[in-house]
Amino acid sequence: MAVSEHRLLLKNVDQPGYETDIDCYVKHGGYEMLKKAYTMKPEEICSEVMDSGVRGRGGAGFPAGLKWKFLDRKSGKPIYLICNADESEPGTFKDRQVIYKDPHQLIEGMMITAFAIQAKLAFIYIRGEMFGGARILEKAIEEARSQNLLGDHILGSDYSCDLIVHRGAGSYICGEETGLIESIEGKRPYPRIKPPFFPAVLGLYQCPTIVNNVETLCNVKHIVEMTGKEYAKLGKPNNTGTRIWSVSGHVQKPGYYEFECGALTYGELIYDVCGGLKPGRKLLALIPGGSSSKVLRAGERFKGKLKDGTAFDWALEDIPLDFDGPMAAGSMSGSGAVIILDDSVDIVEVLANINAFYAHESCGQCTPCREGSLWLKKVTTRMCAGNAREEDAELIESIAKQIDGRTICAHGEATAWPAMSFIHKFRDEFKDKAIKQAANLDKKPEDFIHLV
Amino acid sequence: MDLTKTVQLEEFFLSTNTIDKIDKLVPRYPDTRSVALPLCHLVQEEKGYISKAAIEWIASRLEIEPIQVYEIVTFYPMLREKPIGKKHIKICRTLSCALNGSQEVCSTFQKELNCGLNQTSDDGEFTVEFVECIASCGTAPVIQIDDKLHQSVTLDVAKKMASELKQNVLQ
Ligand SMILES: Cc1cc2nc3c(=O)[nH]c(=O)nc-3n(C[C@H](O)[C@H](O)[C@H](O)COP(=O)(O)O)c2cc1C
Ligand code: SF4
Ligand code: FES
Repeated sequence: MAVSEHRLLLKNVDQPGYETDIDCYVKHGGYEMLKKAYTMKPEEICSEVMDSGVRGRGGAGFPAGLKWKFLDRKSGKPIYLICNADESEPGTFKDRQVIYKDPHQLIEGMMITAFAIQAKLAFIYIRGEMFGGARILEKAIEEARSQNLLGDHILGSDYSCDLIVHRGAGSYICGEETGLIESIEGKRPYPRIKPPFFPAVLGLYQCPTIVNNVETLCNVKHIVEMTGKEYAKLGKPNNTGTRIWSVSGHVQKPGYYEFECGALTYGELIYDVCGGLKPGRKLLALIPGGSSSKVLRAGERFKGKLKDGTAFDWALEDIPLDFDGPMAAGSMSGSGAVIILDDSVDIVEVLANINAFYAHESCGQCTPCREGSLWLKKVTTRMCAGNAREEDAELIESIAKQIDGRTICAHGEATAWPAMSFIHKFRDEFKDKAIKQAANLDKKPEDFIHLV
Repeated sequence: MDLTKTVQLEEFFLSTNTIDKIDKLVPRYPDTRSVALPLCHLVQEEKGYISKAAIEWIASRLEIEPIQVYEIVTFYPMLREKPIGKKHIKICRTLSCALNGSQEVCSTFQKELNCGLNQTSDDGEFTVEFVECIASCGTAPVIQIDDKLHQSVTLDVAKKMASELKQNVLQ
C-alpha cells in the first residue's frame, strides 16, 4: 500500500523558494488566522481547540483544550504561555523543522493561543544547542513586532503580549514542564511536585501557565482555520489531526514524515515510507515514542481490547501509528520518535547507551532516580565491558522497579521503563551475555558498530 | 569557589554591544533572576567562559546573589567556568547517532586532533566532547562545531573534517 504524507504543519517546509522571512510567510497566507482569531472571542477559540480534540505532541498526549480549561482564571494573577521547544527526547527532531524552516507558523500559533488564554507574556523555551534556531526565531519575532502582530496593542486591539525566546543550556530535564518553568525563573531546572504545582494553576512565578509543545501550538493555527469540528475529522477519534513522526536508526530513509494519525501502521512506516531495512537485515525491535518509551520486539503478538471495546491481535508491524495503538501494545507514542533496531545490534549495548543518557540527565533531586539511573548505567556498562553476570537481568529489573513511581517527575519512569522493557522482552539475551562471555563467544566482527 | 569570602576580583568588562543587548533584555522579563541564564549565555559568547568575576558582575547587574548565578553555571552542561579550545567539537553520543557509528567518529576526532575525551588538546586549539542527543537523529551521526551543526558525519567525513580543522590551524 502506498501511503502518502498529509502535510498540514509541514505544508511549506522544504518547498523550493520557501524562506523564513515574514514576506514569504504572508505571501503564503500567513497571519490571516491571527486576524481571524481577533474577530473571535477568546472563549470561542478555546472551545474550537476543545472540539478539535488535539492532543499534546510533546510526550504525554494530554488534550490541549482540556489543559487550557484547567487554567486558573479567577486568581487575578497574570497568565503566562510557554512554548516547549526543548526537543530533548532522544530520537526526536520534528520541532526543529518548524523552528528552522517555518518560524512564523509557530509565532502565529502562539499569538493565537496567547490571545485565547489572555496571556500577559509568552516564552519560547528553545534548547541551547539550537543556536541558529534561536536567531531565526528572534529575527521572526522582530519582523512580526514591526507589523504589529505581537507586542503592544496587537492589530490595534487592547490586547498586548510580548514574546521572548529563552535559551536552555544543554539539559534534558528542562523539557519537563515544571523543570522548564524553574529554568525560566533563573534557577536549576529541578522539577516541581504535582500536585500542587500543576502549571495551569501554579506555574511560572506561581501564576497560571500553559505549557505546550511546538507542534501542538502550530496546530492551533490550523484549528482556527478549519474549525475544531473539521480538524477532528482528520485522523481518528481520540487521535485527531496529523502528526510529525521522527524516524531514525536502521532504516534506508530516516527522516520526518507527517501523516494523519492512524493513517498507517508502524510496518508501513518502516517498509513503505522509510524504504525498509538495510540489505540483508531483519527487524529486531522498535522504540515507538522516544528512548523513554518501552521497546517492542519483532515477532511478538499484541492482543487485547481497545478503549472502544474492539479486540485486536497485532504483530509489531500492524500497530497503528497514532496515540492509542502503541499504548494498547504496552508502550506509548511519546514524542513521535520512532527508533528502528535491526539484528546487527547487541541489545545489551542498546540499553547501556540509553541508560547512560538518563544517568547523565537526572537532575539529582530524588534518590531513586539519581542513584538508580547511575546503577543501571554501571551494570549495563560493565556487561558490555566483558564482565556480565548471570544475575544481571534480575539486578537491572530490581533497580528499575525501585525507581518507577517513586520520583518527583516522569524522568524516573523514563529511566526505569526502557530498562524494565528490555529485560522483559530480551531476558535471554541479557542472561546469555555472561555465559557467552565466559565461553568467549561474545566476540564481535571487525566492522561491528559499538554503542558504548 | 568560596562565596562566603569577599574575593578581590579582577576588573570585568563587556563590549558595548553585549551591554546593549543586556540592557534591552532585562526590562522584558517580569523578574531579574530570570535573566541570569540569558546573561550567562551572552557573557560566555563574548568571553568564552564564565569566570568568578563574571558571576559577580551578572549578580550585581541583576541585583541577585552570586550563588544564584553560580548554581546555574554549575548545573547546565553548556555553561563552563574555564576556557576551552579555540574550536569546540561536540559529538552526539546518544542512541540514533551511536547506531550510525558515533563512537568511532568520536575516536577519530580524538586521534586526529590529539585530544582526550572531554579535554582540550595541549596546544589549546581543540576541545572534543561527547554530548547527548542534539535533535537531529534522522541525519545521524551528527556533530556540532562551535555553534554549527554538521549532519551525516560518517567516518570518512569525520577524517576529512579533522584534517581541515588541522589545516586551518597551520594557516
Ligand atoms: C523528562 C521529560 C522530558 C520532556 N521533554 C520534553 C521536550 O523536550 N519537549 C516537549 O515538548 N515536551 C517534553 N516533555 C513533556 C512536557 O513535560 C509537557 O508535557 C509538554 O511540554 C506539554 O506540551 P503538550 O501538551 O503540547 O504536549 C518532557 C517530559 C518529561 C517528563
Ligand atoms: S525524577 Fe529524576 S529528574 Fe525528575 S525530579 Fe527526580 S531526580 Fe530530578
Ligand atoms: S541521537 Fe544524535 S542527534 Fe539525536
